[in-house]
Amino acid sequence: MTVSTTTPPRSLDDPGVGEQYLRLVGDGDEYGAVEIVTALLDNGVPPARVMLDLIARTQSRVGELWAANDWSIAREHAATAISERALGAVAARSSVRPTRGRITVACVDGEWHALPVRILGEMLRLDGWRVDFLGASVPGPHLVTHLHQTGPDAVALSCMLATRLPRAHAAITACRSVGVPVIAGGPGFGPEGRWAQRLGADAWAANAEIAVHRLARDWPPPIDDPYQAAFLGDDEYTHLVRHRGDLVSTALTRLTQAYPPMGRYNQRQHDATVEDLGHVVDFLAAALYVGDEQVFTDFVEWTAAVLEARSVPPVALQIGLKLMRDQLRDYPAAIAIIDAGVAALRR
Amino acid sequence: MDTRSPAVPVLAPASALLRAALDAANEAVLLCTAADHTIVLVNAAATALLPGLEPGASAALCPLPGLARATTEGATLFTDEYRGRRLLGHRRPLGDDHYGWYLQDTTDEIARAEAYEAERARTVFLAEASRRLSASLNQRRCLRTTVELAAAHLADAAVVVLPARRRQSEWMRLVAGESVEQGTLRESVLGEVPGLEEALGGFPPIPSRWLDAAQVPGWLLPESFGAVGALLVTPLPGNAEPAGALVLARHGAGAAFSAEDEMLARIFAARAGAAISAAALYRDQVDTTAILQADLLPPELPQPEGVELIGSYQAAKDALRIGGDFYDVFGPVDDSPETVVVLGDVCGKGPEAAVLTGKVRQTLRALRLVDADPAAMLTVLNRALLGSSRQHRFVTLVVAAISRAEYGRVRLCLATGGHPAPLVLRADGTVEAVPVSGTLIGVVPRISVRPAAVELAPGELCLFYSDGLTEARGGASGAEQYGEARLRDALASCAGMPGAAAVERVRQLVSDWVHGGVRDDIAMLAVRAPARTKLSLMETSTVAPSPFAIDARRGDRRGRSR
Repeated sequence: MTVSTTTPPRSLDDPGVGEQYLRLVGDGDEYGAVEIVTALLDNGVPPARVMLDLIARTQSRVGELWAANDWSIAREHAATAISERALGAVAARSSVRPTRGRITVACVDGEWHALPVRILGEMLRLDGWRVDFLGASVPGPHLVTHLHQTGPDAVALSCMLATRLPRAHAAITACRSVGVPVIAGGPGFGPEGRWAQRLGADAWAANAEIAVHRLARDWPPPIDDPYQAAFLGDDEYTHLVRHRGDLVSTALTRLTQAYPPMGRYNQRQHDATVEDLGHVVDFLAAALYVGDEQVFTDFVEWTAAVLEARSVPPVALQIGLKLMRDQLRDYPAAIAIIDAGVAALRR
Repeated sequence: MDTRSPAVPVLAPASALLRAALDAANEAVLLCTAADHTIVLVNAAATALLPGLEPGASAALCPLPGLARATTEGATLFTDEYRGRRLLGHRRPLGDDHYGWYLQDTTDEIARAEAYEAERARTVFLAEASRRLSASLNQRRCLRTTVELAAAHLADAAVVVLPARRRQSEWMRLVAGESVEQGTLRESVLGEVPGLEEALGGFPPIPSRWLDAAQVPGWLLPESFGAVGALLVTPLPGNAEPAGALVLARHGAGAAFSAEDEMLARIFAARAGAAISAAALYRDQVDTTAILQADLLPPELPQPEGVELIGSYQAAKDALRIGGDFYDVFGPVDDSPETVVVLGDVCGKGPEAAVLTGKVRQTLRALRLVDADPAAMLTVLNRALLGSSRQHRFVTLVVAAISRAEYGRVRLCLATGGHPAPLVLRADGTVEAVPVSGTLIGVVPRISVRPAAVELAPGELCLFYSDGLTEARGGASGAEQYGEARLRDALASCAGMPGAAAVERVRQLVSDWVHGGVRDDIAMLAVRAPARTKLSLMETSTVAPSPFAIDARRGDRRGRSR
């Protein structure tokens, strides 16, 4: 490996600063990464720009590298851990006296991608908010307890994966029924935050910068009766969720019959297959919940791309979809969504 | 009756029969000429309704402005108010030369409709107030909701003043159309607002008409509010003592609070007071809990030179955020430079388990001060627990004394009392259990402890965990335990990661496994020898383990992150 003792960067426009930082986080070089961040701040680069244009941008590069099978999962996790440290260094360097209200920043239950919301939290702190950062995967009841104890003016809720939408909905309804408006963010809420609106969120922001702007003007919005949109989903959704275990087990048995080498799978491979089949059910359930097949077609297209990068033929996914479809004959909406997924796969 | 008959002159007085027929009617009738609006007949009902109106007068010049205007403009309908009565009139043509105004007294009907509307508005307001006030247990939010509702429905400005605590009184106010403000006041100035001391003292509310609005001190409302026209001070009833007082103000010289307004304000204040005092009770409980928690929560971990310590604690119940699992770290003492870590699990959950946890931690801390080795710590702890009278619970735990060895290596001397053996993640990705064993603590008088020692090379990690991790139920059936085999596998996939990332990843994998909220306490503590050289994460060899090959993904879709 080449030694990375280039001169410290002076501005984000320096050629190669992004590449250098990416290499450092990828190597797990915490000191090197923090050094770059510190040098940029020393040279007067605003903290917000360091967070958005360096740390956040690099993080999405890391995701792409993983999806393309260029980076291992361990390397991706290591890079994220280093970026968290770098973010901590930015935060430690900039203190702002709170002038606005208090805000709670959290990830939906089951959502583990905490770095984007940590960046949002720091951005809001810079803008004068008093921020309570609850971190990754915050169960709904924990969130509500926190709201009763601190009485914030807003909750910023992040959801990266559409499978968490039902739980996001429960959290949004709970926040609004204790009188705290919710601003939603993250790609889990769909294109242009379409599903955030469906779930009753008071606002949606495409990124941290927009969220900061949105919260800076006419906030809080008036809250209507939160129970008007408290129930989504129908009997098909209920069936799918209640029989998730059966659907997965049956699909697994049939898969073993259709694909004999599966009989020789070890525990780990077996668990991974169970999890993959579970994802099919979960995305299907989420699509039924918000009543939009795009939840499912997005998942299918994305999975196909990931598989392709790992040289797995798309027929594997097709078999999985077919095994679910066979078990859902009496559920026309679910069938229509699966068919849309199969069609997306052919494109 | 044919009015066009030439036998009846235009201005002739009406026949007796016509008169009698019209006098017998309930409706008030004014018979007028079409040519010049002269009233030719006023029936008995009309005389009662419009005393003083005589035949011969002109309808266009009569003392009812509404009727006069409608007559001149040729309208067929008018409404008017005369001597306290509300009137509704219709004009109907009676042949070519005459027409009649038919008048109804709608006073009672309108009053009923108005009363109904007002009642409906009150009901809607109180329903909204109940919904919004009962929603939050946070006192600040309850106060805010109270002033918002009051300023929107009851007055032009609302101020809530809380009873003084340590001679300071908190207040929150809202002038309609402005934003909420809050602050504190000295107790001594409260008497400047008429009726406020009485309201905060628990006395019955004073009617608004007895409160002199001119006496309101300048600090109560912003200057922009102008002169206060009417003032109403209502106690907010609480838990046997007032939760505060609601001060309402209307501006303008003619402003007043009617008896109905005062009654509504009192009903509203009762609901607001209940919400605010419940929130105060909750706050007291939270404050108490926070004090207790401070000693029972997992400690912030020190970072001794040359050793990486990472903890993770997840309580099943959030109300207390403490349970039966715990870990603790004791730093070096005079005679021994070692750092001692302990991770354990008290049988049971909730506050009782947490209290015992506290005792166990305190005992271990004391034992550490006398430089007891891990096995001795367990033996003494066992005797101490058996000796305590109220003890019906047992404890499992692992104790490790950590020291630094040559070449960046870290050495651990461990002993366990019936706890799952810690796992070591080696640099080559293999995972092995530390060969320790021992009896659980707090059950039998004599325990057997077999200590062991392990060394970690730079980058290697030793994970202590509680059985909440391996007993988490999930998988395809939702009832299968996570198990040690999966944990070993999960740990193996963390080879090369920084300690914090490895612990977070294990947490995430278990959370995915249970596919929903984790139901049991889970504690993890990792001891890692820091990697001295750059991590060798570059070489990736990803095998496709499932037909979908998503094993590597495991819930990670950062490719779509913003």
